[in-house]
This record gives sequence, structure tokens and C-alpha cells, in this order.
Amino acid sequence: MGGRIRAFAAFWYDFVVGDDWLIAVGVVLALALTYGLSRTSVPAWWLLPLFLVLLLPLSLWRATRRP
Amino acid sequence: MGSGALFIAVFLACVVEAVEATTIVLAAGTARDWRSATSGMAGALAVLAIVVAALGPAVSEIPLRGLRLAVGALLLIFGLQWLRKAVLRASGHKARHDEDKIFAEQLAAAGAQPRRRVGLVPDWYGFTLSFKGVLLEGLEVVFIVLTFGSNQHDVGLAAVAAGCAVALVAIAGVAIRSPLSRVPENTMKFVVGIMLTAFGTFWGAEGAGAHWPGSDASILVLIPAIAAFALVLVALMRGNRLGAAGRETAVPAAAVDGGSGGRI
Repeated sequence: MGGRIRAFAAFWYDFVVGDDWLIAVGVVLALALTYGLSRTSVPAWWLLPLFLVLLLPLSLWRATRRP
Repeated sequence: MGSGALFIAVFLACVVEAVEATTIVLAAGTARDWRSATSGMAGALAVLAIVVAALGPAVSEIPLRGLRLAVGALLLIFGLQWLRKAVLRASGHKARHDEDKIFAEQLAAAGAQPRRRVGLVPDWYGFTLSFKGVLLEGLEVVFIVLTFGSNQHDVGLAAVAAGCAVALVAIAGVAIRSPLSRVPENTMKFVVGIMLTAFGTFWGAEGAGAHWPGSDASILVLIPAIAAFALVLVALMRGNRLGAAGRETAVPAAAVDGGSGGRI
């Protein structure tokens, strides 16, 4: 039973998070910061593209550094 | 986003998933037993129909802003993962997706398993191989249809686009009875990664409360901007790889020249 639950959890982790957890964590963080900024008078639309420009090269760099 | 853009985005994403599912079903049918492979495919399609029937109405009940936030987050994660792989493949850091090679591997793996009858299924391995492949790739198709469709208030059109993609690939697969290696899958994955990332960025930011300058028109800026950024990354990484390869070949050459620590 425990093995099946672990396999089920592993399937959804792989389906949603994929190869690099950093991307999932970065996206959630970026959305949380966008929400926070949108509650102020400062425009918040630029935050997500900025995270994207940082996250993708960082994830690629991590991928190429792996043995 | 217009109906045309919705159709194209869903169609391209679903073609990619359908090609992968078709490769697995063809491998199961060729190496094992066609009746078991098609039964597995039919079983997976039935499960997917139940998932759509259960989730479809539930998804349309979610408030649009919450839906856009959740869908935007998931699309952005999926899109960036696709784009990451596509850039790695295009720059030579990862082997290209090769349906011929995958088909050969699936055939070899399937051929090594013993045959076992379970109930009406003549070959249980062929059934489960086909069932799992179609279910996994089909779940992604369902996700794409429901998220794109519900965000644009046109699940019907998204479903038609997915249906066209799956039917086209299935007919082609049955007609040639071999993996669809002529489909430019790596290029399509690159394009789909760009589109998922662009829509994920747009919907995610809107769901989190941001307002895009130019409203919906900003997606027309996001798509080419992300494409250009990804292509720049490919060029940079390809250059780095060639540079590293050049240094690796230069070191032994220098060592042969005089054994002076690699200095020329």
C-alpha cells in the first residue's frame, strides 16, 4: 500500500514539477511576489517576465553542470 | 487571444503528445499483440473520457481569476520545462527526441517479456504498455484542452483542435504502421514550449492581480520575445559547447607536441 502511495506521489511530482524543482519553486515565488506587488500602486506585470529571464538560464546552467 | 490562436496552440501541443502515444501503441502492437494493444488504448481512452466528464464542468465553475492563477502557474512550469529541454536539445547538450530510436527500444523491451493471458486480454504486458502510454500522454492532452479552453471560454473549440490532432496522428500511424519520425517533433516541442510559457506568463500574472499593458494584445509581444530569448540561449549554449569541445581536443594535441602542460 505504502509503495503504491509513493508511486502515485512520484507520478504527480514528475507530472507537475518535472526535471528541475527550481523552475516550480521559482514560478510559485514569482506569482506570490506579483500578487503582493499588485496590491500596491506599482505595476506588477513585469515581475513574471523578469523571473522567466532569470529562471530559464539558471535552470539550463544547472542542467549542463550535472555530470 | 483569437479562436485561430487557440486552435493552433492546442493543435500543436496535442500533435506532440499524440505522436508519443502512437509510438508506444505501435510498439506494443508490433512486438506483442495488436488486440491487446488496441484494448489497452481503448481502456485508456475510456478513463480519459471519464476524467473529462468529471473535471470539465468542475473546471468551468472555478472563478476566472483563480483559474488563471492556477492554470498560469502550471502552464508556466510545463512551458519552462519544455523550453529547457528544447534549448538543451537544440544546443546539442541533450540527445534529440528520436521516435525511431524510442520505437526500437520499446520493441526490444516488449519482446523480452513473457506472454500472460488475463481474462479477455491475450497479452497483459501489451495491454498495460499501451494503456499507460495513452493514459499518460492523454492526461496532458486533457489538461491542455481544459486549461486553454476554459480560459478562453471555448472548451468546445479546444476539444475540436485536440480531436483533429489526435485523429490526424492516429490515421498517419495506422497507415504507415511505423513511428512518425518524419514529424518535426523537436521543432514542434520548441514552438509548444514557447507558447505554453507565453500563455502561462500572461494568465499567471493576470490571475495574480497584474494588468498587462495593452491587455490581450500583450500576448502578441510575449510570444516573439520568449522565442527570441530562447534562440539567443541556444546560440550562446551552442557556442559554449563548441568552445569546450575545442579546448578538450586542444589539450591532447598540445600534450603530444611537447608535453608542456598544454601551453602552445
